[in-house]
Amino acid sequence: MIRFEQVSKRLGGRIVLDEINYTIEPGETFVIVGASGAGKSVSLKHMVRLLSPDSGRVWVGEDCVSEARGDNLDRIRERFGFLFQSAALMQWLNVGDNVGLPLRMKKDMSDDAIDELVREKLAMVNLAEAFEKHPGELSGGMRKRVGLARAIITDPEIILYDEPTSGLDPVTSRTIDQLIDRLRVELGVTSIVVTHDLHSALAIGTRIAMLNEGKMVEVATPEEFVKSKNEFVQGFLAAQYITTRGDWEKAESA
Amino acid sequence: MGRNTLLTLRNTGIAMLMLFEAFRDIPYMISIRHRHDVLHQQFLTAIKSLGVITVVALFTGMILALQTGLELRRFGQEVYIGSAVTVVMLREMGPFMTALIIAASVGSAMSAQIGTMTVSEEISALEVMAIKPVRYLVTPRLVAMITMMPLITVYTNIIGVVGGAVVGQTQLGVSITAYMDNATQFAENKDLYVGLLKSVIFGIIIATVACHQGFSTTQGAVGVGRATRKTVVVSFLIILTTGYMITRLFYQ
Repeated sequence: MIRFEQVSKRLGGRIVLDEINYTIEPGETFVIVGASGAGKSVSLKHMVRLLSPDSGRVWVGEDCVSEARGDNLDRIRERFGFLFQSAALMQWLNVGDNVGLPLRMKKDMSDDAIDELVREKLAMVNLAEAFEKHPGELSGGMRKRVGLARAIITDPEIILYDEPTSGLDPVTSRTIDQLIDRLRVELGVTSIVVTHDLHSALAIGTRIAMLNEGKMVEVATPEEFVKSKNEFVQGFLAAQYITTRGDWEKAESA
Repeated sequence: MGRNTLLTLRNTGIAMLMLFEAFRDIPYMISIRHRHDVLHQQFLTAIKSLGVITVVALFTGMILALQTGLELRRFGQEVYIGSAVTVVMLREMGPFMTALIIAASVGSAMSAQIGTMTVSEEISALEVMAIKPVRYLVTPRLVAMITMMPLITVYTNIIGVVGGAVVGQTQLGVSITAYMDNATQFAENKDLYVGLLKSVIFGIIIATVACHQGFSTTQGAVGVGRATRKTVVVSFLIILTTGYMITRLFYQ
């Protein structure tokens, strides 16, 4: 369980998070949507203490991550996988070494065992053939999938996705969505997804939260979200041509 | 104190903490499992720089021999270029020229690489994976600098002395035998050891400045360029001042 308690954050003189409160339950796919600069990625970074709140607390289970230091912080972070918007792959390492990096640096495993696990995770994201390639040889969608394989290599309890489908074509975006959903179903992980893409949010989210100017203006299931009376939610839905429930229902049943 | 002074003191403190952390992680990073990271950095530091080092060292020795030789010839003492070139190379020019070249080539590359990683969230990715960025990135570079700088400096010294011998033979009429006899007569072990000590300290300075500038990078590509330039400028300044202080310490 992840819990935000009265979290506020100011960046560059601007309030990005304004006394935010919400709880994410284990096993759910919690999607955070909102306009650019609304505080979505900032919220995500607070969960692994890449950023610290100016006030308030962030809890991961019984641990207060916003006050954790040293080995305690490492222990909390080991419960997470993180797919960055740019995938954040090490450019000089090949795909296999990128995916296996957390194991090589942290675990006492043989190289053969690591390679076997890496191949297994690459197969899960349909990239088994890419082991020897370097990030520069991959498309944007492939890089994201490598990033996802790296995020799940340590079998984390929680996976954070920062704009997983941004910059991708619709077909590749849906492939990433299916992977996220598959991981929740097959591995039972808790997923927190930050996205602009409401089609994606409605397809994979068990709950959707809308951030606007640092405030959480709506938290609802997809069914409730499309029926929300909130003007920001309605504006966001209309901007992506989601004016009926048809689109997401089809995506969900597919 | 002015704002810039406080900022400089703060950055120095952060860089020193990073350096202590990197030293503490040396045993971990030279273990069999991670040794290849160190070897890779050693290769980049030493082998990749040999071409430019050779040219600079050769011409440094040749210029030293020519300038001192022409002056000494006025007094009929040109045979002393052997000791002049060797002593100056061992004590000052060897470690100094090596450090400048390594700071400009390897140090700037280190800073650019880590800076790019910082702005493209790769450092954040390491932190989230609970991998210490200092351990993973700084320690191998520090070890590479500490181990390779003395070796490259010895190479620079040899090439510089050879350059001086070539000029002595071809332009000043000093035979290679006379040149070498004179060199070995006046150069002392202390000159070599002080030079090697300088090279190790210069290596630590370059790795520290480059990595710290890399981690401090902000504002995308412009920031990477700024960090690279600052790495070269700050390294040069610290190398110069530290070099003087070490010389002062050992040669009163």
